[in-house]
Formats: sequence, structure tokens, C-alpha cells
Amino acid sequence: MTPAPLVSIDDLTVQFRTDRGWTTAVEGVSFDIGEGDCLGVVGESGSGKSVTALSMLRLHARGTSRFASGVVRYAGKDLLRAPEGDLRAIRGRDIAMVFQDPMSSLNPVLTICDQISETLRLHQGMSRAAARGRAIELLDLVRIADAARRVDEYPHRLSGGMRQRVMIAIAIACRPRLLIADEPTTALDVTIQAQILELLRDLRAELGMAVMLISHDLGVIAEFAKRVIVMYAGRVVEDAPVDVLFRRPVHPYTEGLMASMPSLEGDAAKLYSIPGRIPDPDEAIAGCRFGPRCAHAEPICRAAMPELVAIEENHRVRCAPRSRPGGAG
Amino acid sequence: MAANALVEVRDLDMAFATGRAGGKPMMQQVLHKVSFEIGKGETLGLVGESGSGKSTAGRILVGLYQPTGGSVRLFGRDITGPDRRSNLAAVRARLQFVFQDPHAALNPRMRVGESIAEPIDIAGGRSRRDRSDRVRELLEMVGLPRDSAERFPHEFSGGQRQRIVIARALALQPGFIVCDEPVSALDVSMQAQIVNLLMDLQAKFGLSYLFIAHDLAVVRAIAHRVAVLYAGSIVEVAPKAEIYAQPQHPYTRALLDAVPRADPFRVRGPVITGEVPSLMAPPPGCRFHTRCPSAMGRCSVDVPRLRETLPGRRTSCHLYEPASSMELSDHVEH
Repeated sequence: MTPAPLVSIDDLTVQFRTDRGWTTAVEGVSFDIGEGDCLGVVGESGSGKSVTALSMLRLHARGTSRFASGVVRYAGKDLLRAPEGDLRAIRGRDIAMVFQDPMSSLNPVLTICDQISETLRLHQGMSRAAARGRAIELLDLVRIADAARRVDEYPHRLSGGMRQRVMIAIAIACRPRLLIADEPTTALDVTIQAQILELLRDLRAELGMAVMLISHDLGVIAEFAKRVIVMYAGRVVEDAPVDVLFRRPVHPYTEGLMASMPSLEGDAAKLYSIPGRIPDPDEAIAGCRFGPRCAHAEPICRAAMPELVAIEENHRVRCAPRSRPGGAG
Repeated sequence: MAANALVEVRDLDMAFATGRAGGKPMMQQVLHKVSFEIGKGETLGLVGESGSGKSTAGRILVGLYQPTGGSVRLFGRDITGPDRRSNLAAVRARLQFVFQDPHAALNPRMRVGESIAEPIDIAGGRSRRDRSDRVRELLEMVGLPRDSAERFPHEFSGGQRQRIVIARALALQPGFIVCDEPVSALDVSMQAQIVNLLMDLQAKFGLSYLFIAHDLAVVRAIAHRVAVLYAGSIVEVAPKAEIYAQPQHPYTRALLDAVPRADPFRVRGPVITGEVPSLMAPPPGCRFHTRCPSAMGRCSVDVPRLRETLPGRRTSCHLYEPASSMELSDHVEH
């Protein structure tokens, strides 16, 4: 009935080497991304959202990281185990990525033209002249005015917003089927953020690609995503369509996150804050990792890590009390 | 109002030399005729995008920069005039600063207790016993365990480090604290804790804050009044409730519109185009006219003045000048 997903992540567990041995940053993460999907991944620092994204393209440093379990399926391959050559062909061509800080992603001594051309020449074997022409088209596509002149400039001549547009131009150069955008607007001012989100929305529709947008900001997620995955301390805690999630969050962490977001409307009295703090990855916590901060914790929460359970079609929650039949009310 | 103002800023100008062109120094006008005041126990939120000059204003207020024009009076003393050195020395103990990055603000090799006690040592006059009692008291005030004094900054989370910085800022019982993006580097669930702490401390000690931030939602939680900076000039100042409910300046409106809301059903208006202009060659007339959806002919010629539009509200926009009351009724609806 449902078509096969574009990318399918199943039981992903990622560990990093530290002085004290292997630390688990992401554990048992599973979700699918369909063709043309518009997925938002939200979480605070240490939630594992970026680690998950980087794992999909195997971009972690070798030797200091390992996949303790899991599969990332794409086009019949397991990206966690595919030969490096296969992965190199997929990165930037089928699955592209945009990061938070456009300045450190761009090479300061190469022109914009050089940097966009690199992808085109590598993946599409374009000639220098053809790649230049295409680079100008791409700058037009990301709404950089005066593209024919801008293409020969160096990154330091561009504002932060322009640089992020260039990064997006590079990412979409080969018309990827999935664009992963990791906090693409976090370093930008709100007005520029609004422009970049609008651009990403338009490009997704124009190019028919799937977008996975990672953000710590529920507002950004609400405005952009159609489906949302909430992560906490390395686990997916809730996965729901955006309207369902914002209208009726089920996981106590999702509720807390929404309540602690300062708002521009309504009562401006004291801000709500989730008590306690985000646990360190090494911290031994019995059962649910949100348990010590949760106002609704029950004995069952300390007994075992709850499973991610479907409480409705398209709505999964990792909370023992609230995924019981009738428990969500 | 001005009579009990703790902080009085008048026509503040600040220009930085950014190089030379044709033998002449090139100047970047970062602040242009900025005026505001802050009363006792009041929080003024200063908002604006990067390059608006908000951090520069904060630094001038604690005496880190000498402005190129205008005056700053703190606790009734002019820290910019001819007696600025003695006046600044006289108010310095009552003046504090909390920065964005609590990691960079703490010496990683100093125990937390030593960091907090540093201002006490500089001010002098306390016994060893007295000093360590005060450190413990300060730690308690900001909600940290008493034994934190013996630990190092790296043992604390970002939110806890910001509490340490706040404890240090409180050490000499200041009257006025400049908070420059104090919660921007923190996670959402930690932001609320720090904002609430700052509000509790204000209620307890009658502190005044200049709260500098780019996040309008955070400012709404803590400020009593809000000043909006654009390209070095204040475009609007108003009490919090009014500026959020009925922003006057088109830039304030655009800024509020651009903030993403946690509401997937919101229908957002058109996104503002363009970017903040270069401060080396700012546009003539109103600096916002190049991006303004309501710009008229005179906006590119005449510089609008910050003037009272309603009691307690000041806006610098030709739409709100008496001579253009016709346009006012045309444009305000939006």
C-alpha cells in the first residue's frame, strides 16, 4: 500500500570513544523518510539529532565512533556498511547536507564558482564552462541577486544569509532526493531566517526533494515540517504529524519543551522551565531517561526503558504510562 | 521619569575606524543619536539584529568604550564627560556585565569560588571568613549547591555556568547589570531557568537591567520596556505590552512577523526582503527605507526623528508624524 521509503533508519545506535570507554550518543533510533517528505527533527543539545544525521552519510570520524547496531537503508544499500566508494557517490548527489555555520563550510580561498562547480564536475562530469553556467543558474535559483557577478566573489564578501544561500546552492546542485539541513538558520537573524526557510520550502516544492530539517527551535519546526520527530538524550521520544504534535503533544518532554518556549502571544508571566537538566550520555539512569525530570513519572518508568509505541496511525511515543491504552488522556 | 532614572543615555554616537580609503580613515557609524533611560528596578530590553549596535551600546554603558558623541549618566554621574574617570570609578562597583558565553567568561583554571570572590578581593575590606561566607551566600542566591565553590567550571552545564557568572556579578551588590544575550547560548529548557532567576533577583534587590537580545520572545518575558535598534538607530521604544500587541514602526512589525511561532496553523505574512545595510555607507533618509513595505518618497530623503506618538511610546517613522496623518490612517492597518 505505502510506497517503500526513500531512506529507512532502523535501530541505529552510535557510540563515541571517550577516556572512559564507549559512550552511547544515539540509541535505537528508527524512522523512515519518504520521497518528497518534509521532516523536522527537534531536540536540545545532546539529544542526538545531529549525530543521527551525520550517521546517515557516515560522516563521523573513523576510529573514534562506531555503529553498535542499526541499518540505514537507501536504494537497496545499507549506508552504514556500504563501501566508501558507493557512499562518496551518494553524498552530495543523492543525499546532500547543509550545516549551521556557512562560513566554516565554505572554503575561504575559493570563489563561489569554484565551490559550486566542484560538486557538478565530480558528480556530473561537467566541463568548467558548463559548470560555471550552471553555478550562475543555481545562484539565481537560491535568489542571489546579480548572480553572474556574485559567482566570482569569495565567501568573505557575502553576508551570513548569502553564504547560507550558497551552501544551499551547492547542496541542490545535483538535484538530491534528500536534503538534510542541520540547524541551517540558527546562526542567522530572524528576518534572514524567515527568508531561508521560505527558500527551502520553495525549493522542496520546485525540485520535489525530501527535506530533513534539524532544529532546536520548535517555532522553526512548526513553520516548516509536516512530520516531526522529537529526540531526547539520544532517543526518539515522539514522532507525529506536525498538527497532531502541536495540538496534542503526548510525551511529557514534548509538553515541557512546548511550555518552556517563550511566546509572543498570551500571558507573559513567568516562563515555565523543565526542572533538572539534560543528562550526560554516560549518566546511569534506570528506565526512561526523562524520568528524573518528569512530573508524571510512575514506578513503571524506572523499571525499563519504554518502547517507542504507535498510539495511533503515524503517531509514536516512548512513554510507558502514556502509551498504555487510554493513557494519553 | 528622568528624575529617578538610574541610566540616562543622550544622543549617543559611536563610530569605529575600519581602515583607510584614499588617505582618509573610513568610519563605521555603529550608533547614531541613541537615547534612552532605565529606571530603578526596571528592565529595558534592547533588541535588534546583528550589526544593529546593541552590544556596542551595552559596552559603552559599562565604560568599556568611550563614545564618539553624546552622554551617558549612571547613578547621576556622567561617565562620558570630562570627569569620566573619577565618575566611572565611583560607580564601577554598582555596575556589572553578564555576557552571552558563560564558558568564555569564567577562567577554566580557577575554582568557581575564586572566580566569584574576585570582585570582592578587588574591592577589598573583607576578612577570609567573611569572604567565604559571602561566596556561599551568593551560590545559594543563584540556586547552586554550596560545595560548588571548590569545583571547576568544566564540571558545570552551560546553564549552571551562567548561574556562576550571575553570582559573580552580584558579589558587590550592584544596582545595574548589562545582560548581553545571557541566554542565547542555552537550550530552551535552560533559558527559562536563567530568565526566571534574573527576574527573582530583580524583585529581591531592586536591580535594573539592560537586557540585550535578538530573541524577541525572551525579551517579552523579562523586559518592562523595549527599544528596537536598526542599523545603529532606535526606531521604536515602548512599554512591553504595547510594543508586542501594537508595534508601530514597520521594522518592529517585520521583526515580530519573522519570529517563528510554535503554531503550524499560523498563516504568515510576506517575508521581509533584503538585509541590514552597510554601516559604512548607510542609505540616506530613514535607514530602513530600502526594506520598508510602507516607504514613501520622503523616507529616502528625510531622517525621521524619534518622537512621542502616544503617551510613553516613541517611534521614529514618517508615518507617525503629524504632517503625514493621512498616510498614518492608510498604512497602519497593514
